[in-house]
Amino acid sequence: MTEHGSGDLRLSSVTKSFERFTAVDDISLTIPQGSFFALLGPSGCGKTTTLRMVAGLEQPTVGTIHIGDADITSLKPYQRNVNTVFQSYALFPHLNIIDNVAFGLRQRKDGDWKRKAQEALDLVELGHTAKKKPTQLSGGMQQRVALARALVNRPDVLLLDEPLGALDLKLRRQMQLELKRIQSEVGLTFIHVTHDQEEAMTMADTIAVMNGGRIEQLADPSTLYEKPASTFVANFLGQSNLLPAEVSAEVASVESGVVTVRTRDHDDIAVAAEHLPPGIRSVWVGVRPEKLRIGEAGRNRLRGVVTDASFTGVATQYLVRLPWGKELVVVQQNDGSGRLPVGENVTVSWDPGQEFILDQAQDADAGVEIDDD
Amino acid sequence: MSWLRRHTVQVIGLLVMAYILLPNLVVLAFSFNKPNGRLNITWQEFSFDAWLNPCDTPGICSSVGLSLKIGIIASLTATVLGTLVAFALGRHRFRGRAGTNVLIFMPMATPEVVMGSSLLTLFIALGVGTGQTTILIAHIMFCLSFVVVTVKARIASLDPRLEEAAADLYASPAQAFRRVTLPLVAPGIAAGALLAFSLSFDDYIITNFNASPSSVTFPMYIWGAAQRGVPVQVNVIGSVLFLAAVAFVGIGQLLAAGRQRARA
Repeated sequence: MTEHGSGDLRLSSVTKSFERFTAVDDISLTIPQGSFFALLGPSGCGKTTTLRMVAGLEQPTVGTIHIGDADITSLKPYQRNVNTVFQSYALFPHLNIIDNVAFGLRQRKDGDWKRKAQEALDLVELGHTAKKKPTQLSGGMQQRVALARALVNRPDVLLLDEPLGALDLKLRRQMQLELKRIQSEVGLTFIHVTHDQEEAMTMADTIAVMNGGRIEQLADPSTLYEKPASTFVANFLGQSNLLPAEVSAEVASVESGVVTVRTRDHDDIAVAAEHLPPGIRSVWVGVRPEKLRIGEAGRNRLRGVVTDASFTGVATQYLVRLPWGKELVVVQQNDGSGRLPVGENVTVSWDPGQEFILDQAQDADAGVEIDDD
Repeated sequence: MSWLRRHTVQVIGLLVMAYILLPNLVVLAFSFNKPNGRLNITWQEFSFDAWLNPCDTPGICSSVGLSLKIGIIASLTATVLGTLVAFALGRHRFRGRAGTNVLIFMPMATPEVVMGSSLLTLFIALGVGTGQTTILIAHIMFCLSFVVVTVKARIASLDPRLEEAAADLYASPAQAFRRVTLPLVAPGIAAGALLAFSLSFDDYIITNFNASPSSVTFPMYIWGAAQRGVPVQVNVIGSVLFLAAVAFVGIGQLLAAGRQRARA
């Protein structure tokens, strides 16, 4: 086994500049063969440009792209063994479904195109539509045809450009599972571009969170969620409570792997020493809303007043205002413990180790207001 | 009364149809007439004479031949050139693109008298004798604009992602053009060609300026004959053209309906 697997996709210091702005700013990535990889970020973060460079539809300004040992940087799209499922599907309207699916095979003079195309259609459960025209199919069906048309060529890398964006929520969930099933069945490398964090977390083995043309963090979904590397990631993936705190010399006691930090209210909070980045004294202590408990069950306790309670079905989301004005989001499972009225004085608690810690120099609101759709 | 109210749209539609088609029907009816003198204006008696001998008037069939010849060459040339221009304008950004767009539009906006006379001035200044060649040049020029506009509209409605998808599926630019772009733009090209042909075939004003006594097109022939009395053969040829156009459209509709049924 060499350093890189035979079919790994490698982007090395890739930059793409357009006339007025830099869409992709010096990113390096290795995507292992056979993995389901997601590029996640708000619109304009450079994820689609990255995808188009892998497809060959854009040329990097700087940097190289390899598949295995082959340098594909300057190859034209039709010379690359990479296929794309376009956001708008881009099915050929003048060809029927089977001819759409067989387009790539026939282009490569595959004598067995008829059988392979039919098999690919069967894989997406649309074998019966072979003779129809794209306009006769629903959006979800067209999406699956576009997938079959790309899959059938057995590309080294399959690119999905927000392929589920145009589908309604229910169909989208269904297609997410479908895509995941197909990917594990065919074992190809999938690169999925999306702005939907839930979609990325559901489907991908590894996610690169992009912002402003750069990769903010590259990790598996649970690491991204539990240990975000920046405030942008913390806010873009789910909700986060970020509390400013100081690691002052007198309170920094290392005791059984726990360090104490002091909040603005002079409350002492114990955090896991391993979470504390070395050499930083002003920090954000981040706690996810579902890690917080109403009551004194946890070791870290903060007092506050309930200012809002909204019932969401499986859970209730509370806003709890701390004495210095900061509002914490607390999500409690509806396990029958009863709901708290607005105005109630409560204690919010959690245990050390459930937090993540970021440098306070970062903007606490990064990635907050960017909502999907 | 309530019947009329329910069928207002149909009744108005039929009236408009009658208004549009009546002149054609009169021409058709009078092609079966056997006039007494030169004027084919009053109905005399039913006859197949003109239909059986459509060329039995001096110069008529050669003028139709010339019009067909010019129409075909002009529309083909204008279609090829116009399609290329349309792709350049529709797909590429270059210096002078906006100016070209305006220039292409000019022949459509210019009155025919102005265009015809200025072309003649040009040919005289260049010392080119008028005749078939000058008619052809004039026709290609004004047909070009219509082809460009028609084809460009079709190209504009085309999703540029389709070409990217073709490239993504291993088609070189030439193959993508042949297998995806051209088939999708073809209806626009065909429409442009037909429009060009019909414009060329029945143009009188510009043609008249740039023709010579030996190059008489069908519209010029009719105009000339009208001074003395239009022969019945003109009605015959007019009717044939009208019926051919109707048949053309009818067949097209039937084919489209057939495709629709095959899909369902």
